[in-house]
Amino acid sequence: MDVKILGTGCAKCNSLEAATRTAIDELGLSAAIDHVTDPGEIASWGVMSTPALVVDDEVVLAGRVPTAAEVAALLSGR
Amino acid sequence: MNTTGTPPAVRPSWRSWATVAGAAALWFALYRVNLPFWDWLLYDVIGLDQTSRLGEAVHFFCYDVTKIALLLTGVIFVVTVLRSFMSVERTRALLGGRREGIGNVAAASLGVVTPFCSCSAVPVFIGFVAAGVPLGVTLSFLIASPLVNEVAIVLLFGLFGWQVTAMYIGAGLAIAIVAGFVLGRMHLEGWVEPFVFETKLRGQLVDPSRGLSWDDRLEMGREEVVTILRKIWPYLLVGVGLGAVIHGWMPADWFATHATGLLGVPIAVAVGVPLYSNAAGVLPLVEALHDKGLPMGTVLAFMMSVVALSLPEMILLRRVLQPKLIATFVGVVASGILAIGFFFNAVL
Repeated sequence: MDVKILGTGCAKCNSLEAATRTAIDELGLSAAIDHVTDPGEIASWGVMSTPALVVDDEVVLAGRVPTAAEVAALLSGR
Repeated sequence: MNTTGTPPAVRPSWRSWATVAGAAALWFALYRVNLPFWDWLLYDVIGLDQTSRLGEAVHFFCYDVTKIALLLTGVIFVVTVLRSFMSVERTRALLGGRREGIGNVAAASLGVVTPFCSCSAVPVFIGFVAAGVPLGVTLSFLIASPLVNEVAIVLLFGLFGWQVTAMYIGAGLAIAIVAGFVLGRMHLEGWVEPFVFETKLRGQLVDPSRGLSWDDRLEMGREEVVTILRKIWPYLLVGVGLGAVIHGWMPADWFATHATGLLGVPIAVAVGVPLYSNAAGVLPLVEALHDKGLPMGTVLAFMMSVVALSLPEMILLRRVLQPKLIATFVGVVASGILAIGFFFNAVL
């Protein structure tokens, strides 16, 4: 599983990364988290509201910080 | 699916609403007792002299910090919940295909109501321009969004009343519309970093304003209050502190005797542009300066130049705009602020 956090380094982006890490650990997944901070690459995903979560090349969430449980639900559905 | 992960908690909605109603009642009660409470504590219990400089300054500080914190809490919550129905994605869809002129008006107005964090200014810029929104229209949005923000509106309303607030909103929108239009007419697309136009938008668009329950939106409001208060409390304390010192020790009408000339507005803008603060830090200071006779046009010009133009935002925008364009952008916006300052000083 390939997980990307899209965010320019703001506080919310770090909260999303923390929530995602918790969710991955809880689910016992082996997924690498990649934090994308380049604004050009973020925009090329079609994302304008950071932070955003990309799972296996698909944007699943943008513009807000979910709970770890919500991320777990998004990840386990794949 | 969803076998191992815990599903998002679904609370009965009436409980959230009861909490909101309780919090609102508490808010109104606190707002009402703010002045009598500090009068009682500082003058009656502690025994500070009401007419002394120290007494006045301490009272100003305690009363203003409480009042501003309450105003911010209430307004950020309400505005965040309302704004959760809007998104930058929706705004871009509304702006797509609009011509310059009407497009600038729409972009400035949408800049006021769209939830937007300056940390995503660059992805928004690329997203707008790559999707075909004209450069000038995009800039109108980026000017209006920080300039006419809810924190500024509420604090102006709380400290200066609705007339000044209405003037500020009108002036802010005018600057965003005219500056964006002028910059669009200058055809500066060649000064945008070329990769912006080459960016291909892939991926499924996720609109953050959709698919949320009322509980989600209320929770977002609560979180935003915590996030913003945590971020701005140092600015608030410093701003009110400086305001309190000015309030207690600066002679009344100091500005009326020392800063009557035409230089007031340019000096205010020159000091305000590089200064990095936010509305919560600037307004208490500005309120105290106005009390000492600084004219309203100068006050508003100072505040606008602090919130609209900041060095950190320019450094961010450098990723997509060449320095020539950034300089032109700052020049056009600063000229607009100067004009507004002179205008208000002349008519008020």
